[in-house]
Amino acid sequence: MRTHPSECVVHDIDRDRLIRELGAVLPAHAILFEPEDTRPYECDGLSAYRRLPWLVVLPDSVAQVCEVMRICAAHGVPLVPRGAGTGLSGGALPLENGVLLSLARLNRILAIDPLARTARVEPGVRNLAISEAAAAHGLYYAPDPSSQIACSIGGNVAENAGGVHCLKYGLTVHNVLKLTVLTIDGTVIEIGGDGFDAPGYDLLALTTGSEGLLGVVIEVTVRLLPLPETARLLLASFASITDAAAAVGAVIAAGIIPAGLEMMDRLAIRAAEDFVHAGYPLDCAAILLCELDGARADVDEQFARLTEIFRAERATELRIARDDAERLRFWQGRKSAFPAVGRLAPDYYCMDGTIPRHRLGHVLDRIAALSDEYGLPVANVFHAGDGNLHPLILYDANKPGELARTEEFGARILEYSVEVGGTITGEHGVGVEKIDQMCAQFTPEELAQFHAVKAAFDPRGLLNPGKAVPTLPRCAEFGAVHVHRGQVPHGASAHPGIERF
Amino acid sequence: MSDADRTRDLAARVAAACAARAPLLLRGGGSKMFHGRDIAGTPLDMSDHRGILHYEPAELVLTARAGTPLREIEAALAAHGQMLGFEPPCFGGPATLGGAIASGLAGPRRPYAGAPRDFVLGVRIVNGRGEVLRFGGEVIKNVAGFDVSRLMAGALGTLGVLLDVSLRVVPRPQTEVTLRRDCTVAEANTILAELGRQPSPISASCHDGAVLTLRLSGGPAAVAATRRALGGTPVADGASFWNALRDHALPFFLQAGTLWRLSLPPRAAALDLPGQWLIEWGGALRWLDSAAEGATIRAAAAAAGGHATLFRGGDRGGEVFHPLAPAVLTLHQRLKQAFDPAGILNPGRMYAEL
Repeated sequence: MRTHPSECVVHDIDRDRLIRELGAVLPAHAILFEPEDTRPYECDGLSAYRRLPWLVVLPDSVAQVCEVMRICAAHGVPLVPRGAGTGLSGGALPLENGVLLSLARLNRILAIDPLARTARVEPGVRNLAISEAAAAHGLYYAPDPSSQIACSIGGNVAENAGGVHCLKYGLTVHNVLKLTVLTIDGTVIEIGGDGFDAPGYDLLALTTGSEGLLGVVIEVTVRLLPLPETARLLLASFASITDAAAAVGAVIAAGIIPAGLEMMDRLAIRAAEDFVHAGYPLDCAAILLCELDGARADVDEQFARLTEIFRAERATELRIARDDAERLRFWQGRKSAFPAVGRLAPDYYCMDGTIPRHRLGHVLDRIAALSDEYGLPVANVFHAGDGNLHPLILYDANKPGELARTEEFGARILEYSVEVGGTITGEHGVGVEKIDQMCAQFTPEELAQFHAVKAAFDPRGLLNPGKAVPTLPRCAEFGAVHVHRGQVPHGASAHPGIERF
Repeated sequence: MSDADRTRDLAARVAAACAARAPLLLRGGGSKMFHGRDIAGTPLDMSDHRGILHYEPAELVLTARAGTPLREIEAALAAHGQMLGFEPPCFGGPATLGGAIASGLAGPRRPYAGAPRDFVLGVRIVNGRGEVLRFGGEVIKNVAGFDVSRLMAGALGTLGVLLDVSLRVVPRPQTEVTLRRDCTVAEANTILAELGRQPSPISASCHDGAVLTLRLSGGPAAVAATRRALGGTPVADGASFWNALRDHALPFFLQAGTLWRLSLPPRAAALDLPGQWLIEWGGALRWLDSAAEGATIRAAAAAAGGHATLFRGGDRGGEVFHPLAPAVLTLHQRLKQAFDPAGILNPGRMYAEL
């Protein structure tokens, strides 16, 4: 893992002294510093990058979080906030001389208001736990990142997490109403409100997706939605990816916004079928999984139109999930695509570019050509409705040079995504993983503007340094050229049991 | 007027103003010049920087220059059965895209579809140094860098001059009906709460003290079912009513002396303030025509968990927007400094300190 010198926060406080000071505000079990205790925190969901934390703290109250931040700020010690550690871009990678601030123990659901349809929760509450608690009132929390069984709402806010349902129901930024944020100078600020807007600048939007660089979220109020009356799933097969991509465009152009619209290519279909026996057709180049939800009468009417559209767009086969069991089995294949593909090769590397959907054909041709050039197979799964690609590059880290080739291949996919008008990251965040590609997506002036925003919140740069926004010296040194990154294999996850979209 | 790219000229003018520390007063179509505090400055006219740059109906994305008239954008979208989800008000003037985003104002559909910020995907701006910067893009999912694009929505031009804006657009509902029935505020609240408990096609509400007007939008079956359940009388030209509400062309607004905009938690109890009320957004947006003291109105709004804006009339040189908590104001000042160090972009339009 390369840290650029310009990203290091220098301080001279002795660790033992800091432990003593923290010990005055935290119970002993909430401070970890022995390697066997801190090892579980050496990486997040992107385990390719690992670093043993200098110090880990596990406060279980807002007051303790405030004290930790006060002590660290007083000594100029940098902090890395961490939720559940399921992030896929190394945003919670620890520092050699900083404190890893775990918010996992702040996991209380504070209030659910069924009439206002809101939930007020602490940041460590799991995404799925909100929907589970809201279900008693016929409500749920819509954004559903792949890791929703484990990921925390605080982490969702930090990453502006998406998921399968965001085409219809929006990202985290569209579903959060209010945040309580602790800034590095120890001030508690309230952002957003219980109404539909708040006075002043939209700090809610600015904070959401800021990857822990602007403040530490200590309370979140989210919007809840009524559970849909019904959901229906259609599986359509196509003889080419181009046909499948055209069908996606036709659905959207017809005014139908599916609750989920996912695509898998041949390699991904085969891997998923071998793994979970979802009942996918194997004689096609691509499948689309399209789910509609809402009032039964409307869903039925739209479903009929959807079927016609897919037929007109040359679907070779249509399978309608007969019941909820089959619907969930069809989804199971898609949700298992990452681990399924993971069985095809010793390692895989998951990318996260987003492109304008009409460029899908070009981009896939390009990925196929690069796959030949590098001699590395790629399986493609996408959130097709919103153009978010997850190409999975298969490789073997034990073969000399293959990891470096994989990383270069991945970087070229991301840079091509930017070239066609897309972005290097749709939902996984920049973290440390894509920090060099930020130099390709933004000009020095734009990066300087990001740093000015950061400085408005955190002038000394103590919160999560070296993440999300590259320094200009880093870009000058690394950004202009393709570089080979660290020597640790990609693919193995800190949460191997979690389904990934 | 024909499409033109005035980026270079606009950036040069901002750079010169920065060097001279001479305030600029940003102006699009001029339909919302009443909004915010009264300020002085050399006008920076955006209306000739106009034109739709890219519209891909199947992508649900449109990019246009900030000076493009909303009417032109809405016509282009309507031709493909699409629309702007936030129903931007024009207030009877030649409103532009830039003004619609910079004001952050949304129409009756707001609670059910979203505000301008919810639809912004990317922007190109000139910051206060005269630098042309691009943030976000034309894709729905994008988490690279801080979300400066959405920060521009509602910033009243105080952080940057909008050049181009990329928006997510939405399909027009298949069916739309407007219903009206006589009822008290309390009865209206019960109806709205019941509608909110299940997935329902409601897309706008308005209560004027005696009559509740509701709009249902969506698939024909769901709209018909909800309509049967609600009862009430169908309104023949519903669209005209909602446009008049959006643009403040209803008698309530035309007759208002001092108009306050109270943004509250939807279920906040009725506020004990003198004056006439008109309630939108399922209770979350309450317009008040009142001669009461600003401090009294603000205190009542704050006690109810919301905020109050002096929308029209009153002292436009004083505080117009709800005062910020001191720590939040400090953060605002630092952000203003980060984008506009010379303080030349609409200085004072939002708060005297910005």
